[in-house]
Amino acid sequence: MKDLPESAERAEKLKGLGSSRKRVEDARFTQGKGNYVDDITLPGMLFGDFVRSPHAHARVTAIHTEEAMKVPGVLAVITAKDLEPLGLHWMPTLAGDKQMVLADGKVLFQGQEVAFVVATDRYAAADGIEAVEVEYEDLPVVVDPFKALEPDAPVLREDLEGKTEGAHGPRKHHNHIFTWEQGDREATEQVIAEADVVAEEMIYYHRTHPCPLEPCGCVASMDKVNGKLTIWGTFQAPHAIRTVVSLISGIEEHNIRIVSPDIGGGFGNKVGAYPGYICSAVASIVTGKPVKWVEDRMDNLMTTAFARDYWMKGRIAATKEGKITGLWCHVTADHGGFDACADPTKFPAGFFNICTGSYDIPTAYLSVDGVYTNKAPGGVAYRCSFRVTEAAYFIERMIEILAIELGMDAAELRRINFIKAEQFPYQSALGWEYDSGDYHTAWDKALEAVDYAGLRREQAERVEAFKRGETRKLLGIGLTHFTEIVGAGPVKNCDILGLGMFDSCEIRIHPTGSAIARLGTISQGQGHATTFAQILASEIGLPADSITVEEGDTDTAPYGLGTYGSRSTPVAGAATAMAGRKIRAKAQMIAAYLLEVHDDDLEWDVDRFAVKGDPERFKTMKEIAFAAYNQAIPGIEPGLEAVSYYDPPNMTYPFGAYVCVMEIDVDTGQTEIRQFYALDDCGTRINPMIIEGQVHGGLTEALAIAMGQEIAYDEMGNVKTGTLMDFFVPTAWETPHYTTDHTVTPSPHHPIGAKGVGESPNVGGVPAFSNAVHDAFRAFGLRQSHMPHDHWRVWKIANGLGLHG
Amino acid sequence: MGKQHYQITVNGEPQDVLAEPRELLIHTLREQLRITGPHIGCETSHCGACTVDIDGRSVKSCTVFTAQVAGKEITTVEGLGSPDAMHPLQEAFREHHGLQCGYCTPGMITRAYRLLQENPSPTEEEVRFGMAGNLCRCTGYQNIVKAILAAAAEMNASKEAAE
Repeated sequence: MKDLPESAERAEKLKGLGSSRKRVEDARFTQGKGNYVDDITLPGMLFGDFVRSPHAHARVTAIHTEEAMKVPGVLAVITAKDLEPLGLHWMPTLAGDKQMVLADGKVLFQGQEVAFVVATDRYAAADGIEAVEVEYEDLPVVVDPFKALEPDAPVLREDLEGKTEGAHGPRKHHNHIFTWEQGDREATEQVIAEADVVAEEMIYYHRTHPCPLEPCGCVASMDKVNGKLTIWGTFQAPHAIRTVVSLISGIEEHNIRIVSPDIGGGFGNKVGAYPGYICSAVASIVTGKPVKWVEDRMDNLMTTAFARDYWMKGRIAATKEGKITGLWCHVTADHGGFDACADPTKFPAGFFNICTGSYDIPTAYLSVDGVYTNKAPGGVAYRCSFRVTEAAYFIERMIEILAIELGMDAAELRRINFIKAEQFPYQSALGWEYDSGDYHTAWDKALEAVDYAGLRREQAERVEAFKRGETRKLLGIGLTHFTEIVGAGPVKNCDILGLGMFDSCEIRIHPTGSAIARLGTISQGQGHATTFAQILASEIGLPADSITVEEGDTDTAPYGLGTYGSRSTPVAGAATAMAGRKIRAKAQMIAAYLLEVHDDDLEWDVDRFAVKGDPERFKTMKEIAFAAYNQAIPGIEPGLEAVSYYDPPNMTYPFGAYVCVMEIDVDTGQTEIRQFYALDDCGTRINPMIIEGQVHGGLTEALAIAMGQEIAYDEMGNVKTGTLMDFFVPTAWETPHYTTDHTVTPSPHHPIGAKGVGESPNVGGVPAFSNAVHDAFRAFGLRQSHMPHDHWRVWKIANGLGLHG
Repeated sequence: MGKQHYQITVNGEPQDVLAEPRELLIHTLREQLRITGPHIGCETSHCGACTVDIDGRSVKSCTVFTAQVAGKEITTVEGLGSPDAMHPLQEAFREHHGLQCGYCTPGMITRAYRLLQENPSPTEEEVRFGMAGNLCRCTGYQNIVKAILAAAAEMNASKEAAE
């Protein structure tokens, strides 16, 4: 008999799956020894920065650089004319469009890159920028996507004039990008026509920005002796960047090295390619010196990838008992001046077709129209999988509005429409196969934890007290049950620029029983060096503390598609487990040789192979590792290494149940989160401490988005929220205390059952906060009020409902 | 603009720096002295990633000229502890998962260090208010607050033990 407590003790020492292992990254970060891109200084390094357009739409008639060239320290001023002979004045976007690197005859959004000044230091570059004179001729500005589609709207993209076919099918107007349709239109419209009850509403998810604390930047260094271009940068997908740089520059891929050093948060902002990267590389090639470009906060908020900006018109049909029979949705998607979304190629609106949410909706139809406006390009997944937070917000608002229409409790309406545990794998009406879930269990646990019935009683009493004039505060109960879709993804339908979205892990076991693992992903705070070592520790039986995890250097790491859309654990985490299993398979053969038994006579026990029925005869992984380098074993190559490229068979579908309890002061519009309960089911839990931290962070970004954060434009296309004075990022003071909880429904197709968690709290958090605001005013007739719910807008809701007397 | 010499003390070491009068302290620290713990997140003194301690006060070094701090004592996160003897705050941030991407962390810890000098036994509310000048995009602050309260308890306990 195996001594269970003894083997459990060995397992604990490994700090594998399920251990709240402390992070290995923290020693350097807490001591100021991180290595972020702006920390990199190379001998002779120059500094580049942009002349940017103050206009949102204008013709550029002249650029005068002579005075700038006289500024001490300024070495070059690069314009589109200089890039044109190299074919680099425009660059491809991840969405199949192209984008100006530097203004080519006109500008399409405020802050657009017009010229690149290269100088000996950042102060000289700033002086040079001041001295560049650009002549503009104003053009009419369009910031409203509906106005952009009017017949006489100004033509924004003159380069596309007359082109009726775009990267994603026909274009039906000069400012139209694509139409994307999913589901059955005819059937859905029929269901809606015949339904007992139909709720219809326009839901706007406003434009915002990922705003990582570290802005984007790079250091490009062309080594003319070796012919090798190295770029250190804030890249969430370093390997894809290498391929893109090779394709657009013509430099062979082996002569390009991309390094993502420590990254100070990404949240989707650092997925795409920006003009700064191209200009720095060109400047380095021209000058033969390293060139650094690091944007400032205003550059970041005004010009690098924004998120959301979706106008979502919905119709939801149900029986009078509340059983949903159909969902119809049309999205007008504002993409700004260039289509620079970061979505898999075949999904121009990302995975927005997850918008049937957690509900068994038999019939559905979705269409999305992408539109050009005079705003910054982007449309990235800000702490969510591709357009999933928009989808979750849409369905979770529609459910609340349907509950109002039916006069039902919104929690009960959800319960009777959830996909049942026995229905998984579940085929959704809009084309996804949900891998697993147990929504009823999660929902009941959440409602019980917050005493939902008690909260509703308190709310009803509060409304009565308010009506009697005894209080000026209302109570909102914000409910959400979300389903995410992450882990892009199966190569058969997911690629970016033709690169399949697999991921990878390569493991080398050292002779003395420690290891290094390299992955195609890149951490931006998620703690990969800690958690991927845990996956391996459980797979190969070496302590997590003896395993180094390295990412981000394309010269050493295996090819992968990077970290965004919660894909690291579902894809690279799976690759890690699979590579670990290859190691173990070879280790089994070595152990069989050492123990002089047949392979099949051995069984794996935490950190060793033992002879079946004779547990005293065993070889530990550490012993096997040494043997792999020290003994000549017939029929087995020396060494102990493995690599796995993992193509996931399906996405994973994390889900969760959130409840937000909010106090609202009707007279000031001030809101206070009294309680926030978050239950997440991310399948197998690798490191509960890190999961909890991810949930806290995602909820706080959701708080920001729902309650105040936006990229706002005036009619002239001026950005009104270009600094952290105007762009809301919550402080410790505004941020509430969160209670976290979980259920565990492992993914059936992932090697360790893990699903990914970093983005769930943002996907579920935004509707939870927003629904709390709406719910507080439900008794007074509120149906829909657009985010962000800052104090002014909440005050306006109260005022509009006549609550100010 | 002409450069001038300024004498400053950084983490206990006297430094003679040659800088233009318009040079910001954060650039002197990071680019001349290669003290890269303090980071640049906004350049408008909102985010606090550049927080340093100047003569016993928390200051955002992105909006101070080096010329203004001539003769002053500056402490950055690098001056709070060493690899062999980390500051209790550095230990507590690790222990309580008070950081993720690490970009705000040096400023956060440097500010927390001064907060605990000003108020050695703060309440949770006082910590939240006292740290409100430092933004974090990753953690949601809950574990940062926990770490600072734990460090305060630890520092008070060792102080008591020493007395």
